[in-house]
Amino acid sequence: MYSYIWRHLPGPVVARLTQALLLFAGVVALLFFVIFPRVEPLLPYSNVTIDPAPAAAPART
Amino acid sequence: MTAGDRLRWGLRGLGQTLITAGVVVLLFCLYELKVTNLYTAQQQGQLEQRLVKQWAAPVPDRRVPAAFDSGEGIAKIYFPTLGSDEVKVVVEGVGTEDLKKGPGHIPDTALPGAVGNVVVSGHRTTYGAPFNRVDELAIGAAIVLETQGSWYTYRVTGTSIVAPSAIEVTFPVPNQQGRTPTQRLLTLTTCNPKYSAQTRLIIRALLESTLVKGPGVSPPALVS
Repeated sequence: MYSYIWRHLPGPVVARLTQALLLFAGVVALLFFVIFPRVEPLLPYSNVTIDPAPAAAPART
Repeated sequence: MTAGDRLRWGLRGLGQTLITAGVVVLLFCLYELKVTNLYTAQQQGQLEQRLVKQWAAPVPDRRVPAAFDSGEGIAKIYFPTLGSDEVKVVVEGVGTEDLKKGPGHIPDTALPGAVGNVVVSGHRTTYGAPFNRVDELAIGAAIVLETQGSWYTYRVTGTSIVAPSAIEVTFPVPNQQGRTPTQRLLTLTTCNPKYSAQTRLIIRALLESTLVKGPGVSPPALVS
């Protein structure tokens, strides 16, 4: 997949490298601002409060 | 395409997928351990500015729990024996979004300094990790709460590890439902062990002294 992307980026090596880094930055931004915040509540260590029924009220973490 | 080519192509795909997955997992660790702290630091800055403004206004201390909105700063918390106090504004509410801003006061529990049980929950490892080191609070260690009008110094009376469902530790008289409180208690809750949520760590403290705020007045526990 990575070699396919590299082959299809236009321009000389320096331009391709810049574009590749920009693509990577875009993917990182997508992960940080969209994916990770949604995955995070599924992990246990944000449960810090006392709750009689944790399964029934997932908002009380 | 020979069988060897196909094998090489498949193995290369597998290798790239595994490396990508590894990078994503590392980025997730970076996000949880560093980026969430930045978010909390930014929120704490805003909350503190708002508190300074509110506290400067000549309105009396609000004594009714309902007087606070969810996510609003209600007090500052200090652990003088632990040193760092980067996250100190306690917000009202313990919803996911409230706790991302700072330690959260469980609604309907007592307000700082009041008779009953003030219950505050906080993150242990992410989002500024305000309660990261509360396990180091020894019996007698000071916990100071600052509100608009007063300094409240609590002393730790004990710690315990309970089940996540142990709602009885939040009762006005802990572990005794329906009793009318006479003591002024503070209870901190956080996840335990670190990076897990198997149990909850509970820190219990009792009000030792109340100081009315004024120029040059600060509690002895914070000065030393």
